[in-house]
Amino acid sequence: MDLSTLLQVLDSGVRLGVPLLLACLAGLYSERSGVFDIGLEGKMLMAAFFAGAVASITGSAWLGLIAGIGGSLSLAIIHGIASITFRGNQLISGVAINFLASGLTVLIGQRWFHLGGRTPPIKGAARFEAITLPGADALAGVPVFGPIYHDLISGHTILVYVAFACVPLTWWLLFRTRFGLRLRAVGENPESVDTAGVSVLRLRYTAVAMAGLLCGIAGAYLATSAPSAGFGKEMTAGKGFIALAALIFANWRPWRALGATMLFGLLEAVAIRFQNIDVGLFVVPVQFMQALPYILTVVILAGFIGKATPPRAGGEAYVKER
Amino acid sequence: MTLMKQFLGAAATLALCAGAATAEPALIYDLGGKFDKSFNEAAYGGAERWKAETGGSYKELEMQSEAQREQALRRLAETGANPIVMTGFAFGDVLNAVAPDYPNTKFAIIDMVVDQPNVRSVVFTEEQGSYLVGVMAAMASKSGTVGFIGGMDIPLIRKFGCGYAQGVVAANPGAKVIQNMTGTTPTAWNDPVKGAELASSQVSQGADVIYAAAGGTGIGVLQAAADAGILSIGVDSNQNHLQPGKVLTSMLKRVDNAVYDAFKSGTDLETGINVMDLAAGGVGYAMDENNAALVTPEMLAAVEAAAAKIISGEIVVHDYMSDNTCPVN
Repeated sequence: MDLSTLLQVLDSGVRLGVPLLLACLAGLYSERSGVFDIGLEGKMLMAAFFAGAVASITGSAWLGLIAGIGGSLSLAIIHGIASITFRGNQLISGVAINFLASGLTVLIGQRWFHLGGRTPPIKGAARFEAITLPGADALAGVPVFGPIYHDLISGHTILVYVAFACVPLTWWLLFRTRFGLRLRAVGENPESVDTAGVSVLRLRYTAVAMAGLLCGIAGAYLATSAPSAGFGKEMTAGKGFIALAALIFANWRPWRALGATMLFGLLEAVAIRFQNIDVGLFVVPVQFMQALPYILTVVILAGFIGKATPPRAGGEAYVKER
Repeated sequence: MTLMKQFLGAAATLALCAGAATAEPALIYDLGGKFDKSFNEAAYGGAERWKAETGGSYKELEMQSEAQREQALRRLAETGANPIVMTGFAFGDVLNAVAPDYPNTKFAIIDMVVDQPNVRSVVFTEEQGSYLVGVMAAMASKSGTVGFIGGMDIPLIRKFGCGYAQGVVAANPGAKVIQNMTGTTPTAWNDPVKGAELASSQVSQGADVIYAAAGGTGIGVLQAAADAGILSIGVDSNQNHLQPGKVLTSMLKRVDNAVYDAFKSGTDLETGINVMDLAAGGVGYAMDENNAALVTPEMLAAVEAAAAKIISGEIVVHDYMSDNTCPVN
């Protein structure tokens, strides 16, 4: 395998990994605060629909992004009301959100565009185009570093860079600020936070809203960031669940989330580029590559490599003692 | 006023009687939905064409879940609809059970063979249509490498890919065909993001014409191909307009003709297996103003010649589903 093929696979891996990364960080905020979120898929789908629809109506990718975040946030609020305020089962609420998004997007899409739930294809300013970083073309001739900078680091859409910036930001927010300390505490031991006079409900709502925001960006990425062009029915295709797997794989930590999602993106890119890999003794079928993210997660969960320790208060609604 | 009411009432009764005398045909769409821009929408187009030409009316039903299949069929049969047309292989088992209960009703099923005396089974020879667009792809390709992107990995989609590869190799024996399948689950039909990634991957391997037989995933393939400045080929319905001037052609599967024919023959519907092949106009390729500039007279001549040879039997396109193997890769 030569350098250019390697770079193409890595590049493709980054593009496939970015929505996973955003969704994974979304889940990280929510679950660190003690609210399980299996509605990542639904929130992304809703965001993808509103981003694609508004971008195609207004011709502005930015307005689409805002609408996408709005759509995702509204579902996040529903999840919050159901599972924080009314102390409903967080998993059931998440499943309901997935169904709701799957049905609503097609219903509204058909009503607005009469395209069977799709939005019209968008082009030009209605979608985020790839941007070339300064000096990328000038440095392209430099051996090794040039192609890496030109092909791999430069030439993505703004949302890709936003996603990567979210990783250190999340780390800083969670581990270096007072808010982060309280957020982590509320997921481990909400009573202690409550005793300290901090509102558990407000912290959890904030975390769920952060999750909505990040899922909104992830959805907008799927629908309006080149090479995508518009929303298609059920277009998230299980990415929310792979992101959840990545979250477990990453042990609920931001930097590891980056590693896990990029690994999963890369595995998918490899499966796309090399259908069947001949390793000499036997041929690795493409289905194995596609299943690998799930296999790895199960291995982690089973405790063979490392150990997955979820937030202790995760999945339980907080009941204030009286 | 009272007189008017009576008159209207009489007219309505008359209309009802007339309706009962000549049975209405009915159409059931599969789970993909009526407006899927592809398979089911083609069926809708055929029904609408019949309606416009004859001025008749028809009943239609969109399925909401798998469990409704039998119920939907029985309901329509009970109300006296005749013939009842359904799209999609998934109706096969249900129809096999329901059809004997309504011996006086005629049924037509598309993409599946159901062996009952009152059922017409319509099957298409997708390999022949794919062969033709394969010929066109090989001639339009400058690099000598073309791509195929399938949706879910099932024999029906392999059949598209195999016919295509045979056409490509026939027009250019040295050509390389890169084949990819999107996935192994039904989500593979609706993953335009992965479709675009697959297309970019094929472009980087030198492909400059890509044929997508992948439902909604194909939208992403067509988009990525247009962005990369190469040509693509659509499927089922005419998709040339999706990326004007960038889609070389579309492999047509005339589901609309199948529905139209069934509606037109009405209660006299001929039962048995109805093979919609190239000769019967069941498959073909799309030409319109969007791709007129892309298709040269030589390409058109070559495709027409190949079509004539297939119809005369001089060229036999191998059907992947007959033995689950493909002579070319």
